[in-house]
Amino acid sequence: MSEFLLLLVSTVLVNNFVLVKFLGLCPVMGVSKKLETAIGMSMATTFVLTLASLCSYLVDYYLLQPLELMYLRTLAFILVIAVVVQFTEMVVHKTSPTLYRLLGIFLPLITTNCAVLGVAILNVNARNDFFSSVVYGFGAAVGFSLVLILFAAMRERLAAADVPVSFKGAAIGMITAGLMSLAFMGFTGLVKV
Amino acid sequence: MSIVTALWALGILALIFGAVLGYAAIRFKVDADPLVEQIDEILPQTQCGQCGYPGCRPYAEAIANGDDINKCPPGGDATIKKLADLMGVEAKPLDAAQTPAVKRVAFIREDECIGCTKCIQACPVDAIVGASKQMHTVIVDECTGCDLCVEPCPVDCIDMVPVASSIERWKWDLTAIPVKVLES
Repeated sequence: MSEFLLLLVSTVLVNNFVLVKFLGLCPVMGVSKKLETAIGMSMATTFVLTLASLCSYLVDYYLLQPLELMYLRTLAFILVIAVVVQFTEMVVHKTSPTLYRLLGIFLPLITTNCAVLGVAILNVNARNDFFSSVVYGFGAAVGFSLVLILFAAMRERLAAADVPVSFKGAAIGMITAGLMSLAFMGFTGLVKV
Repeated sequence: MSIVTALWALGILALIFGAVLGYAAIRFKVDADPLVEQIDEILPQTQCGQCGYPGCRPYAEAIANGDDINKCPPGGDATIKKLADLMGVEAKPLDAAQTPAVKRVAFIREDECIGCTKCIQACPVDAIVGASKQMHTVIVDECTGCDLCVEPCPVDCIDMVPVASSIERWKWDLTAIPVKVLES
């Protein structure tokens, strides 16, 4: 149990997917203009990441490994992720049309969020078992959501701040992300994995 | 040999996923656009047409398709704010073209009124009282100033008069802080 807790803390804080591994930067930059959108996006991504890492583990363990088709991993994982994202899109469209509108193109683009494929492949590389895979996927998603929501909250304040002209817009966003990444380096050494 | 296995494996995998998505497409089918319903709920349902659409529902559909949210004078700032929350866009002041400088209400010159009831039928908020062959009058507090009763009147006895400032109606602009608008 404590092993799972350690894994969770290490993926959320120490090896944060966005700020330490630099995966999934595109949605972090793209959907962080409003806090509500960011929360919606992080919920959708959490769902997709957890489910995708679960499904890709099952596909890898029960289909690819017995048939010795390990070279098809990337292809199979992309297929799994695409299906999970499509499914999520249908559910979101049905349950929350406003969120569906707000997320817009970024919802189908979760498919190409490299964090999702990254989790699946890193799971395989680390030889995680079933529960570790799910915890790892969930931890990655929580880390992603944490950064996305913190970042969105900061950008909402930045929108009202008097930023020098040459730093306006994306530039100040990039600088903020860099500073956040520096801050997250402070977590290194919190957990030894 | 292994290529055939690979083809089979991926084919079957794709087939299973296709079946799952096909089922989900039926299970989570979206009938109508529920967003239009939500917008229609927020609009004041005066059907006054000041937004340029024939009623509140067409305007709700227009908003859902990306029209501006600030074209509804009867709803005022409260409606715009709710719409902004729902649509996830910034609230903006009422469109200047839609709003006269001062609030106006309809006034019927009662000695000229012939009691035709045409303005009563036109009024979206039932702010006009009167009966056939009887003189009509406007309930000032109910009138939204939508101008819809002016057109049907055969004797042109309806004026839109500005509401005079009174102790009850005086709008204190105490909270109006000069806001600096920054380009995003």
